[in-house]
Amino acid sequence: MTEAPLLEVSGVVKRFTGVLALDRVSVALAPGEVHALVGENGAGKSTLIKVVTGVHRPDEGRVLLAGRPAGFAGPLDAQRAGIQAVHQEVGLVPGLSVARNLLLGREPRRLGVLDVRRMHREAERVLSSYGIAVDVRRPLRSLGVGAQQMVALARAVSVEARVVVMDEPTSSLEPREVDTLFGVVRRLRDRGIAVVYVSHRLDELYRICDRVTVLRDGRVVHQGPLAGLDRLRLVSLMLGRPVSDVRAEGVTKFSGAHDAAGAAPVVEAHGLTRRHVLDGVSLAIRPGEVVGLGGLLGAGRTETAKAIAGALPLDGGRVTVAGRPLRRGPAAAIRAGVALLPEDRKAEGIIGTLSVRENIALAALPRLSRGGLVSEARIDRIVETFMRRLRIKAAGPHQRVAELSGGNQQKVLLARWLATEPRILLLDEPTRGIDVGAKAEVQALIDALAEDGLGVLLISADLEELVEGSDRVVVLKDGAVVGELSGADVTEERVMNAIAAHAGAPPPADEGDARGRAEEVS
Amino acid sequence: MTDAAVPVSRFDRGRILAWLQDYGVYAAIVVLVVVNIAITPRFLSVENLRTQLVQVAPVVIVSLGMALVIGTEGVDLSVGSVMALATALIPLYLGYGVVPAVVAGLLGGAAVGLVNGSLVAFVGVQPIVATLALFVGGRGIALVVAGGQLKDVHDQTLLDLGSSSVAGIPLPVVVAAVLTVLVTAVVRRTTFGRRLVAIGGNRTASELSGLPVRRVLLLVYVTSGLLAAVAGILATARLQASDPSSLGLLMELSAITAVVVGGTPLTGGRVRVLGTVAGALLIQLVRATLIKHDLADSAAQMVQAVIILAAVYAARGAGRR
Repeated sequence: MTEAPLLEVSGVVKRFTGVLALDRVSVALAPGEVHALVGENGAGKSTLIKVVTGVHRPDEGRVLLAGRPAGFAGPLDAQRAGIQAVHQEVGLVPGLSVARNLLLGREPRRLGVLDVRRMHREAERVLSSYGIAVDVRRPLRSLGVGAQQMVALARAVSVEARVVVMDEPTSSLEPREVDTLFGVVRRLRDRGIAVVYVSHRLDELYRICDRVTVLRDGRVVHQGPLAGLDRLRLVSLMLGRPVSDVRAEGVTKFSGAHDAAGAAPVVEAHGLTRRHVLDGVSLAIRPGEVVGLGGLLGAGRTETAKAIAGALPLDGGRVTVAGRPLRRGPAAAIRAGVALLPEDRKAEGIIGTLSVRENIALAALPRLSRGGLVSEARIDRIVETFMRRLRIKAAGPHQRVAELSGGNQQKVLLARWLATEPRILLLDEPTRGIDVGAKAEVQALIDALAEDGLGVLLISADLEELVEGSDRVVVLKDGAVVGELSGADVTEERVMNAIAAHAGAPPPADEGDARGRAEEVS
Repeated sequence: MTDAAVPVSRFDRGRILAWLQDYGVYAAIVVLVVVNIAITPRFLSVENLRTQLVQVAPVVIVSLGMALVIGTEGVDLSVGSVMALATALIPLYLGYGVVPAVVAGLLGGAAVGLVNGSLVAFVGVQPIVATLALFVGGRGIALVVAGGQLKDVHDQTLLDLGSSSVAGIPLPVVVAAVLTVLVTAVVRRTTFGRRLVAIGGNRTASELSGLPVRRVLLLVYVTSGLLAAVAGILATARLQASDPSSLGLLMELSAITAVVVGGTPLTGGRVRVLGTVAGALLIQLVRATLIKHDLADSAAQMVQAVIILAAVYAARGAGRR
């Protein structure tokens, strides 16, 4: 960089109750630079954005705007200084007109009264200068999500912005809208505005960004121009796995392959489709087999699992269990033997006000009761069995589950699902956020369950866990299957390769197959 | 609170507040009873106890339903209007006999519950808004049904519901006690009870666990409507009149107070049935004590306010533990 940086973050440290969210992070943006900020969950991206936009104050280090220290008192302060953020959830007022939203807080007035005509003229001028054609009189909520996002962006940059932070701006946009958005970004760049661009879509990053900062575990692990950076290397930086990683056996508790090749699939997903989320995902899981689901954040892994478990409304596609089509809704899926261990343990899993016992019995209540009356004896038996088998450490079955450690809460949830006697287990990040000991136990359990003939779908951002735990790995990208690896091909490098492949690159052998099936049904 | 003094006191405070949330209401009742024995003449007389219990019975019955609703992280503001509707329906059908009249009252309550439950479960309206509609509208309907006037009730069988006794215990008190046992059993022993607290504790997790969330919510509001109707019918019998313009006024607030004071958190996920009954008794006791000693009803209301604040404070502290 030859020019003086417009925005400079230097040596920023941020801790949350002892946890290091940002560890001496430094980033500099020149005027007119589009800077990609990437990293997986918990890497520190959102924290960094919040520091830059004045939501958080750094514990150490500082933020400089045009060379001057910017000690923002709050988001409003940062906005006044010229730092604008465009968030995923559009931060506007849906009930007001497009024009009102665009000029909110600085509406043209005449004699203290809103000058509607001038407001509309002004709004039209601003929007058309970005190539956005909408009726500014309509309420914002009547617009599509993409158009709303465009208005938010136009608003952000029309207020004397010097730095614009865009957090996953394209996650709900149509391809055509993405083009318009990129047009706007280019115009910003030409005006000397610096853009921080956060996205997981590699293709987009390479299209629009000049430089990249890769965060992992709160640290900057890579910084530099994007043009010369190999895609595979970028993925490996994000995931924290060396490109040519020799697989170290015995690090995880997985024992290795299960023999399931001959059996008929216990569950099959055909062309699962949901707008902006899933694009014709097909996969099959056989009894006794662990199928890994690979891909970056936002690739559609969690959504695929939820769709199979009947917990995600679909626009198209279907799921069959043992050949029989599954009715919609989690209850039907559970009856058919599908169990989903959700990703967000606290929000979607445990019921904190209830005891370990009640939490374990919850999903299996229909089989633990008769005529609406609960059989305490049967619950006791099941709870005792699973507390012993999964080695759940609690003061007793009546302890509140909220008081348990993360690992034991996870075991309680596993027990809840095993109590329903499932045929297939969908495990979304089963070992995230739990201690090493519990992690090993959960991994060993997954292995044992597959040995017993359960079909398992394993989602894990930990590539090592994914590769060692799975017999096969299906790789997702932007909601579609882009590859399938099995046998000796299940290596970290192959998975990363599949993730990094260009959109237009020749697909791996399995992709054609999956796509073909998807089209048949949709 | 001297929490700043010792480093461990914060943890201890959480414990104390949790204990207070669970058992404070019982302790407060014991204290008030002891005080009353000391200062109130004839407090322990059979006549006084009967009067107090008969007065509190409708509040207890309504509060049982409210406890279930609050357990699902909801609230039912329409209970007072349901009582009014039930009392308005009774004289209309009394000509056909007591059973049709009582059934009509119950159906009225169930209908209101059905509307509330549908709005909450299927339309997704916030409980406070959904039930506000019939809080306002329910009494209006009741007044229209009754032709806007107070009617005396003369049917002896109905009046017996309010005044007769079983083994020396007034019938309304017996009904309240039986319903308390029933609701306790429902919460502890049935899948419905287990599910409703689970839904209140974490609705998303309940849905993902395959619970019939909407059906349960619908049933909870219907139950609350039915219980409020029972309270309305008993009150009609005791007052020997149908007065839809005043019966059940502010009942929703008394019931919510009883539930909260009894240790059920407004954030749902827990139902304390006996605590709720104790909460209703405590409020009755406070009011009776102050009135007996010639303090205005407004004083009772202020004491009630303090009790509510104390309960909410305890719940917050306990929740942070």
